[in-house]
Amino acid sequence: MSGTLAWVPPGTWPSPDQVYDVTVVGAGLVGAAIARALAGYELSVAILDARDDVGDGTSKANTAILHTGFDATPGTLESRLVRRGYDLLSAYARECGIPVEPTGAVLVAWDDEQQAALPGLRAKASANGYQRTSLIDADEVYAMLPHLGPGVRAGLTVPDESVTCTWTTSLALATDAVRRGAHLLLGAEVLAVDVTGAPARDGDPHDAWTAIRTTRGSIRTRWLVNAAGLGSDHVDRMMGFDRFTITPRKGELLVFDKQSRPLARHIVLPVPSKAGKGVLISPTVYGNLMVGPTAQDIDDRTDTSTTEAGFAFLRDKLAALMPALQDEEITATYAGLRAATEHADYVVDVDANRRYAVAGGIRSTGLTACMAIAEHLIGLVQETGLLEMRERNDLPDAPAMPNLGEAFLRPYQDADRIAADPEYGHVICFCERVTAGEIRDALAATIPPTTLGGLRRRTRVMNGRCQGFFCGAQVRAMLDAAGRDRS
Amino acid sequence: MTGTFSQQAHVRVAIIGGGPSGLRAAAELAGLVDGEVLVIERESAAGGIPRHCAHTGFGIRDLGRSMSGPAYARRLTERAVRAGARVMTSSMVTGWAGERALEVTSPAGRMIVQADVVILATGARERPQPARLIPGARSAGVLTSGELQGLVHLDGRRFGGRAVVVGSELVSWSAVLTLREAGCRTVAMATQAEQREAYGLVGALGRLALRVPVLTSTRVTRVLGQQAVTGVEVEAIDSGERRIIDCEIVVFSADWIPDSELARAAGLRMDAMSKAPVVDTALRTSRPGVFAIGNLLHPVDTADIAALDGAAVVSHVMAFLGGSSMSSDSIDLIAQEPFRWIAPARLRMDARTPPRGRLLAWSDERRYLPTIVATQAGRVIGSVRSPWPCVPGRVFRIPVRVLSGADPAGGPITIGLR
Repeated sequence: MSGTLAWVPPGTWPSPDQVYDVTVVGAGLVGAAIARALAGYELSVAILDARDDVGDGTSKANTAILHTGFDATPGTLESRLVRRGYDLLSAYARECGIPVEPTGAVLVAWDDEQQAALPGLRAKASANGYQRTSLIDADEVYAMLPHLGPGVRAGLTVPDESVTCTWTTSLALATDAVRRGAHLLLGAEVLAVDVTGAPARDGDPHDAWTAIRTTRGSIRTRWLVNAAGLGSDHVDRMMGFDRFTITPRKGELLVFDKQSRPLARHIVLPVPSKAGKGVLISPTVYGNLMVGPTAQDIDDRTDTSTTEAGFAFLRDKLAALMPALQDEEITATYAGLRAATEHADYVVDVDANRRYAVAGGIRSTGLTACMAIAEHLIGLVQETGLLEMRERNDLPDAPAMPNLGEAFLRPYQDADRIAADPEYGHVICFCERVTAGEIRDALAATIPPTTLGGLRRRTRVMNGRCQGFFCGAQVRAMLDAAGRDRS
Repeated sequence: MTGTFSQQAHVRVAIIGGGPSGLRAAAELAGLVDGEVLVIERESAAGGIPRHCAHTGFGIRDLGRSMSGPAYARRLTERAVRAGARVMTSSMVTGWAGERALEVTSPAGRMIVQADVVILATGARERPQPARLIPGARSAGVLTSGELQGLVHLDGRRFGGRAVVVGSELVSWSAVLTLREAGCRTVAMATQAEQREAYGLVGALGRLALRVPVLTSTRVTRVLGQQAVTGVEVEAIDSGERRIIDCEIVVFSADWIPDSELARAAGLRMDAMSKAPVVDTALRTSRPGVFAIGNLLHPVDTADIAALDGAAVVSHVMAFLGGSSMSSDSIDLIAQEPFRWIAPARLRMDARTPPRGRLLAWSDERRYLPTIVATQAGRVIGSVRSPWPCVPGRVFRIPVRVLSGADPAGGPITIGLR
């Protein structure tokens, strides 16, 4: 079963007679984590995604913070899964080389109300099983973050909050799934699902299958797992439920030039208050500082454009939070959509009759929680007793991911690596110091990028301050050449 | 120091950046310096920005003739190499390993280059859409003119459709020509300036020959389209009225910023307005033995002016290598409105003459027949009437004789217009 037809390139499609054991709809962080875990059993697994790349929806644009879960609502599924996910993903990151930079975070109180809220947040952290917070006074806050604007009242430190790379994480999980034999079917948007097409005959549910019609063709599956992110409510309705509605919440962010990085060495978190959640300042694992996000409920699930109002809001917040940062150049602006629902908690559920499982309403904490969501959901499936799950003992090693983290040795800095392969000494993208060797590797990887955006997320190429002024033409040529080679 | 290193080298002069200014400095220094003059260029070929500027007009002031960008780039490279300089391409200085020691990555290895003199000649680039805080989509079809020129002139790409060019400086017209070569029609140029910025002749020829409507007092407020650009929203600044122009390509031209990362990483004194390292009239930065030249200092003047910085730095470098005593006797030059910045921004009393005897300045306002006034301690120490207008979007040149009355002990000098 392993690795016969792994990555399924565009243009090819599985045989209509094939019935997968499980099909996961959605190749974001959650879907990829579920598919990877399922592919650890003797099961045939397919992953469908409407987009042309893995992790290309809500997973690609978040604040990329690995959360301790200190501020979750105690007792919720989210609280439990974020806590568990933190440990699972931290361990997996070490295994694969996903960069994690332990910056720590400080919640900063700017007024009476926020200051008064800090002890409660500390108690909440404790109730969530996180005991390492400390209350600090204003002087201690400024000692940690000397460039904060005037008016800090007090702070609460959360030393284990870290920054990571959401792109590498979804790619690692999906790559792992594919190397374990899962079939990745991209550019296939689910149009309709037919659960009743082949009802269980003679009462044997193992014989039943569901037909999924997509924009690229149809496939059959015994189980369907819905991890469709922003589309998860649509898929849930296709399966006959009406239990949640996604209202995309747009979050805009400003990414500042790397030269600003010394202004904040820790994540600066807002204290939630009546006035709203506020914005954070965070180091990025790529060596920048980031400010955001905004929070705007919108209707259009594809609208990731930035707005004048969003920029004005962030600039305004920044003026109070960290005035010195206002003078720095902005490298990038982007907007991500969070899959918010009317429920306060994740929706993870299984329906044995329809052989269907859902992980919906997974908000930005889903980066941290994704592997725990997979573990929990598969546990629920197992409890139905309707899917025979035998663990495989022939699994490949976890993939070794290229390091995109600025805090760790990068190829351009590595004399031995360059000596062994001069392409790692040929810097193509000057701003992000991405070498020809890294671009070549990404284009030849298990899940190669088919778009410029995909190549950018895999290598950081063109993500820097010049946005392609210097290297854009050369990078496009390399991407096109690789596309020609594949076709 | 970051990373690991396999090699070390010592050179007399290391020049970072093999564009017009760096190559010219190399060509002259190679014959004079006892030891190696090394140009470290991160692109695969030396020559800098002119390499992908297909139009003519290069070399007028420095070589005495007009030629195309690529021909000019080749000529400057040949002269440097023939003079004995070593030009190392595909080699990037990624940081500092000491006062005048450089971390260099190249296919040949990761090395430390120790130099007696370092000349920063890293040039400038255009601000892309995010740095201008223009909201909207991050779509295919949004380019700077630098990237556009690379796609069309270096990579030979052709694409049809309609384009809007943001800016109306010289480089903006160059972008229009490049778009035409690519088969793409420029349906509008949009500039916030009240009048066109480029030199009158170029602008007039451009409008007539290329039939491009120039929208003045207009700012781009949004880029439209999800996967690919479908248009831009523009606003007439005076009325606040907005409308949409359909297009498939948006070129963000001009709005230059120096590539000053290495200067800042060294902790050199920086100019807050131009974001360039501060140099004195001898092109010395705040670190002894580290000089800066070219459009890194004045983003941006024409390539030949940048090259002439490279000629001007030679005597100062030789003086430093010869161990001549370094007087710290110098005065800050402060730009006053409408000037945004002035370069060099320090007058050195023992080397008062900047390249070509001119200070360079950037004006935010258009003034005809301006009179430049220098003031020290509240007293006017000089004034010069300029026959040239000062115009936003191009460098304004100020004869240094406006400073001839400077008092070495009189404190900072303010330079403005009357």
